[in-house]
Amino acid sequence: MNPLRWLGKYVIDSIQGLGRASLFLLEVVSGSRKLVRRFDLVVQQVFAVGVLTLLIIVVSGLFVGMVLGLQGYHTLAKFGAADSLGLLVALSLVRELGPVVTALLFAGRAGSALTAEIGLMKATEQLAGMEMMAVNPIERVIAPRLVAGIIAMPLLATMFSAIGVLGGQLIGVGLLGVDSGAFWSQMQSGVSFHEDVLNGVIKSIVFGVVVTWIAVFQGHESVPTSEGVSRATNRTVVYSSLAVLALDFIMTALMFK
Amino acid sequence: MGILRWRAEKLPTVIRKDILNDTRVVTGASDALVEFRDVQFFRGDRAILDGLSLTIPRGKVTAIMGGSGCGKTTLLNLIGGRLRPSAGQVLVDGVSVPGLNTRDLFALRKRMGMLFQNGALLTDLDVFENVAFPIREHKRLPEPILRNVVLMKLEAVGLRGARDLMPAELSGGMARRVALARTISLEPMMVMYDEPFTGLDPISKGVIAKLIRELNTGLGITSILVSHDVADACAISDYAYLIGSGRVIGQGTPRQMQESAVDEVRQFMDGLPDGPVPYRYPAPGYLDDLLQGRRT
Amino acid sequence: MIQRRQLELWVGLFVAAGLLALAMLAFRVGNLASGAVTNGYSVKAEFSDIGGLKVRAPVTLAGVRVGRVSAISLDPSNYEAVVTMELDGRYNNIPVDTSASILTSGLLGEQYVGLDPGGASQYLKNGSSIQITQSALVLEKIISQFLFSMASKSGSHKQQ
Repeated sequence: MNPLRWLGKYVIDSIQGLGRASLFLLEVVSGSRKLVRRFDLVVQQVFAVGVLTLLIIVVSGLFVGMVLGLQGYHTLAKFGAADSLGLLVALSLVRELGPVVTALLFAGRAGSALTAEIGLMKATEQLAGMEMMAVNPIERVIAPRLVAGIIAMPLLATMFSAIGVLGGQLIGVGLLGVDSGAFWSQMQSGVSFHEDVLNGVIKSIVFGVVVTWIAVFQGHESVPTSEGVSRATNRTVVYSSLAVLALDFIMTALMFK
Repeated sequence: MGILRWRAEKLPTVIRKDILNDTRVVTGASDALVEFRDVQFFRGDRAILDGLSLTIPRGKVTAIMGGSGCGKTTLLNLIGGRLRPSAGQVLVDGVSVPGLNTRDLFALRKRMGMLFQNGALLTDLDVFENVAFPIREHKRLPEPILRNVVLMKLEAVGLRGARDLMPAELSGGMARRVALARTISLEPMMVMYDEPFTGLDPISKGVIAKLIRELNTGLGITSILVSHDVADACAISDYAYLIGSGRVIGQGTPRQMQESAVDEVRQFMDGLPDGPVPYRYPAPGYLDDLLQGRRT
Repeated sequence: MIQRRQLELWVGLFVAAGLLALAMLAFRVGNLASGAVTNGYSVKAEFSDIGGLKVRAPVTLAGVRVGRVSAISLDPSNYEAVVTMELDGRYNNIPVDTSASILTSGLLGEQYVGLDPGGASQYLKNGSSIQITQSALVLEKIISQFLFSMASKSGSHKQQ
């Protein structure tokens, strides 16, 4: 096939895929209205995507905060502004690293698991079986997972940021000798709840929607073979990582002027 | 799938009603539970079903046989409304399945059960909860009554003692029996069996065959049995269809089928390697092919 | 499979931990606690140059934080910057002849408003304005002033 035709086909296929994914999201959202009466399904999924992702989030948050403390200190010390370390750590975490790194880890841990689970349910005809039992799998399987992802992501991201700040304090104050009072007071005077913390939370909610959406869509669309499921899992991680980074850029440009 | 259905619902109500009324007038109360009329189904450009017509009588066990990939599973999916035919009519209990909206289709599905090839049990629920699943989803039963219903269904397949096992702990035959208990938990008017004997040892096969027969005679459930296993299918069915190249190529009672003189039927019934269905995949001349290798 | 009770317990803990983290970000990391001025009052001050002062910058008296800058605007009649400050209600005895100056914390730090109390017996209240102000020091202006004075000095040396 000549490259021009290949490119044209690629573009058309991508647009068609986006359309399919959007219609799918529409279907899931309309199917999630019935979850009000079946909230136990959502709780179950919050456990699967949230609680089970907690450990990796806590550990990563701690290390990211510690690295920020270490790197930030040496850079700031050159300008004699080591007292601003707390501000640097907190702002980096709350605005960017918290939501973004959490979303990337979430895509790797929970997103891939969601895709594989739904893909295997499809491959083993569990979804078809539900349809034949007059149970709509979109409402029973997909919608609770999407809602759970949207609930879990901001919670995980705030935990990541909070742990990260503690990690930064551990290194900055504990190891490098930044004054504890300066560390916290600089942070408090520089970090705005409405502008920084809330915008970070909004970011992570958007990431929650996008990553979970991609994960459940890829699972639902996967070719029901072992190879198909593994490809779909792969796509989930790649697509959601790219989507998170691109959206982060756009939202940062809109939020922090 | 879902999107397709969604689109169908957007059709003007008038047209949909016409379709429904029309089919009802034509069929009325016949003793055919399922009826296919000149059904065509395409996947891409390939015709899976091409002008297929058959009727499945109420209260009988009907076997549908055919080679691998001849569209047997497609046929079941058409009955269940998971697929829509490209042309022709699919009637279940006098109602055209493709014309139904989601709600009516789901109401119809509650009255039919389907046993999938590998059982399709929900892997995150134990045996008890798997059987309870359709009841919990569709009926509000108090817990003690629900428990009794589930245990009755499990007893019917002889697995009351296995209620706490997870699907991963079951053998293939047991999984299929649990799936059968789940299929009949809403007391359907008919059950579709998709390759119920594949991959089972002789004992499990015998158990499944006995269960299919018992459910049919005991509860009067119409059974549709899709299989490529001639001996097992013929042993328990009242009537059999043989499907090839998207059409019915032979039909009759199992005995008639065994004695049929039609070439296609003979080849299938006797398991002959060559016949109307060729042994070789179409290829250029053998000698030419070999010589070509030397030339290049 | 995990028991239902246990599962709900874990999810509850998870949500609680998330909310706790949010509370920490709000009160310990962010300025929700310090930014919320309780029954505060606002005063105005006009500066000819505010330098890099930003909304939400702290207002301090003797180094103690007593409020924050709530708005900055330009007075079109005299081209001066109008800085509105929200002062904490607890500090309701700041004299009216207090002066306000824009200071910098450290060499490159943030700019803030420093109050220097006067000796009047009347106190600032909601809506009053501070009369005596000192504008921000802008580095370029200081340098050019310095160079100018150096140049004029060397010029007078030559004349001698």
